Amino acid sequence: MAILSKEDAKAILDKVMAMSKAEMALAELSGDVGGNIRYARNTVTTSGSQRDISLEVASAFGKKEGVSIINEFDDASLEKVVRRSEELARLAPENPELMPYLGPQTYAEAVTTDEGSKVVDPAKRAQWAAKSIGVCKRGGLTAAGFIEDYYGFRALATSKGLFAYNEYTGLDFSVTVRTADGTGSGYALRDYNNINKLDADRATGIAAEKAFTSKNAKAIEPGKYTVILEPAASIGLIRTMFWNMGARSADEGRSYLSKQGGGNKLGEQLLDDRVTIYTDPLHKEVPRATFDWEGFPRQKTYFYKNGKVENLVYDRYWSKEKGVPVCPYPANLIMEGASASQEDLIKSTKKGILLTRTWYIRSVDPQTLLYTGLTRDGTFYIEDGEIKYPIKNLRFNESPIIMLNNLEALGRPQRIDGHLIPPIKVRDFTFTSLSDAI
Amino acid sequence: MAGMGMGGTMLGAPLIGSAVDPSVLMTPIMDAAAKKVLSDVALNTANMGGASYTDVRIGRYLNQFIYAREDKVQNIENRESFGVGIRVIVNGTWGFAATSDVTEEGITKAAKLAVEIAKANASLQTEPVKLAPTKGVGEVSWATPIEKNAFEVPISEKVDLILNANAIALKSGASYIDAAHFFVNEKKYFASTDGSYIDQDVHRIWPNFTVTAIDEETGKFRSRQALSSPMGMGYEYLDPRPEGKVDCPGGCIGYSHHYDLLEDAELAGKQVKAKLKAKSVVAGKYDLVLDPNHLGLTIHEAVGHPLELDRVLGYEANYAGTSFATLDKWKTGTFNYGNELVNLYADKTMQYSLGAVGYDDEGVATRKWDLVKKGILVNYQAIRDQIHMIDQEASHGCCYADSWSSVQFQRMPNVNLAPGEEPLTPLEMIKDVEKGIYIAGRGSYSIDQQRYNFQFGGTLFYEIKNGEIVGELEDVAYQSNTQEFWNSCAAICDKRDFRFWGSFFDGKGQPGQVSAVSHGSSTTRFNGVNVINTARKI
Repeated sequence: MAILSKEDAKAILDKVMAMSKAEMALAELSGDVGGNIRYARNTVTTSGSQRDISLEVASAFGKKEGVSIINEFDDASLEKVVRRSEELARLAPENPELMPYLGPQTYAEAVTTDEGSKVVDPAKRAQWAAKSIGVCKRGGLTAAGFIEDYYGFRALATSKGLFAYNEYTGLDFSVTVRTADGTGSGYALRDYNNINKLDADRATGIAAEKAFTSKNAKAIEPGKYTVILEPAASIGLIRTMFWNMGARSADEGRSYLSKQGGGNKLGEQLLDDRVTIYTDPLHKEVPRATFDWEGFPRQKTYFYKNGKVENLVYDRYWSKEKGVPVCPYPANLIMEGASASQEDLIKSTKKGILLTRTWYIRSVDPQTLLYTGLTRDGTFYIEDGEIKYPIKNLRFNESPIIMLNNLEALGRPQRIDGHLIPPIKVRDFTFTSLSDAI
Repeated sequence: MAGMGMGGTMLGAPLIGSAVDPSVLMTPIMDAAAKKVLSDVALNTANMGGASYTDVRIGRYLNQFIYAREDKVQNIENRESFGVGIRVIVNGTWGFAATSDVTEEGITKAAKLAVEIAKANASLQTEPVKLAPTKGVGEVSWATPIEKNAFEVPISEKVDLILNANAIALKSGASYIDAAHFFVNEKKYFASTDGSYIDQDVHRIWPNFTVTAIDEETGKFRSRQALSSPMGMGYEYLDPRPEGKVDCPGGCIGYSHHYDLLEDAELAGKQVKAKLKAKSVVAGKYDLVLDPNHLGLTIHEAVGHPLELDRVLGYEANYAGTSFATLDKWKTGTFNYGNELVNLYADKTMQYSLGAVGYDDEGVATRKWDLVKKGILVNYQAIRDQIHMIDQEASHGCCYADSWSSVQFQRMPNVNLAPGEEPLTPLEMIKDVEKGIYIAGRGSYSIDQQRYNFQFGGTLFYEIKNGEIVGELEDVAYQSNTQEFWNSCAAICDKRDFRFWGSFFDGKGQPGQVSAVSHGSSTTRFNGVNVINTARKI
């Protein structure tokens, strides 16, 4: 019983709430079934499957909260987990920032489940892996990859009458393809809610082509270059803006969104006016649950609109302190693009570099959101609108804020790691050294 | 509902196990004799199913995490995870299954499933497992030599210490402080068809904080992390003792196996405030003097990871990457990883270290071995199923799983830089430096997927001119190439300065696992390293 229907989940959560003797209670019931297969050196290395369900109950007395978890669901077990969370709450120190649990909310119906993706047998995983390995073996290449599928649910309830339920399916696939002589490497990353959309042959084929064409790369001088970032290259930098989107740290003066002299940069023009990034749990390409971890409804929200800071994240405590509406962290990022294809972006480039993927991205200065990292798995020099030759990988030191101010053009958005991001062309992207890594 | 893991997730702590009453963390639930009986059930079941080798790990993983900011405790997590993982070889293929049902019935079922999975995967296997022989050790036990079990220290005592330190840091100059203290106890029972029944009790501790100072006029902010290290110790790590301290350049204090939280909090408040006014570095070549609390991370990234044999062989190509330290370079016997001052070794037996255990997670007794000797690459880190690939017979004993439910694989042992043989202290070391920077504490870190090119920041930077510290610096990061860097090593302080830096959360594998690892070194000088200025305007 790893997956419970909405009705069955509600029945258990209702029982839990009826048992509660705390001033307030919140319970989360979640479960999933899924599996994975890992391969390297053109052979399967490990595989596994999991089936899990658990109930987490939080009880609170005043500002004291206790949490307990259990994975058994008979009445005695439910009673045990409720009582234990209450005992822990009595023992806990006061948390002055603890907010009252939410009452009933209205949620839009999520679109996170594909009916045909609920059951995956190990043979299907093995077939995907075999296809991916097959592409590489035929081409004299070496594949290393990982495939993970999942089908799960999450339900929340509070003693104040909140009930929320979400069901989801999905799959993540990544593959790194290397040439036999180790001088070329390519990569592909795919993720879907409908697992049948995975075309392991095609995705591996793209990685294989990158591996072939990145062989015998030439060195160029580090410096400032016009670059075209494929979505797998830009997502690592773009998402750092949203990890740091909290109003509280901005108001406290310790964020890139802090304003000199106090306050935050809400409403300020920080990026090129073609940059619009929002979250939308109902977007069909990248759907998400329509509620957050405490049951607050998620809805379409702009964070950057035409380059201006449109919203900051306010948790319930900080929204109360500041007297403004709650704004949860974005569950997905949707960056608006344009109609151009990636090939169009290349054609319009006199001199530049195409980046397939970026790697090991770490914060250097949180004040300016400066990050460092490296290119990987296919870096190519562009001249007169054509890819001319592969180049050696480069280390960059760049801020996504500077990068999105130096915007030249956008392409058609594509799903990448649960987000929708276009290929992006920017000028003056800063590379500071060369890497010999392949 | 902060208890539902929000605090832990934000700070990067893995939330393993279920929330429990803190008293549960001190209550034994199964003795070694009962574990032996259950282990034999798994070994026999797998054997009947056709396994040529089986190992069983019955694990109870206990964690306590305390989070506080300024004068408020935000969250206390008490977690317990108990279960069993069974690994088998059938038809030359690994199979693994785990269950939290630690009963005869549950274990029988899991053992059968592990056999089934191995059989299913055998058809795709093109490299049959060759397991290095390991002699059974019978019934043995090992425990971290602790003085004070952290789980027996009352939460109120821990909270008082943290809030006291927070208050001191705020008083001495910090605008904000976020504190997180982690306490870990792994109770691991291992049994295998080799005839080993090994009972181990492993303790780890990490008191940590970050202070932030803000200049309201300019809007500038800077942070400074605690100069503590995660350690393989009990609560005695938090007893300040003189033998745990070293005087360092710039008025800094280095801590070895005893940490003075209150002293460091006071210094942190002053230093973070000073960072706001520090001079921005002029980019160029500098001689770097690196404190062990900083150098540990450089050793981790530029020595520990590239010498993991599974990476070298390509097993981690899709995630962590491969390695520049390829087998052909090693086979020459002359590959100069560094110059002849550089001796790097692995050791899972060192007291106070995070990696210290008696036996690894496949029953191999731990030991010490050389990786780089007088600058020459001499060995890798390898476990039982890969050691034959480098023509060696015995595993190095560095196999680990982060939970009973995770399959064990090669993980980094403690990798250390041997101290210099000539007497030399950090204060003496800087006297010879004409143009240099002394760096303490960890900062930004990034390295390519084959471990050639890296960039590191730090916590504290001091400019050295003609043998003297002349002031603090900011906006410093250094870039180098692994081989070039270790060949620029100019001097290493002696063993009196040898200290550990460590990480609780070294990530590897798909699905991802974490492991805890220490890196010991003495303050070391590297000549002519490229320093960049990281200041930008947005």
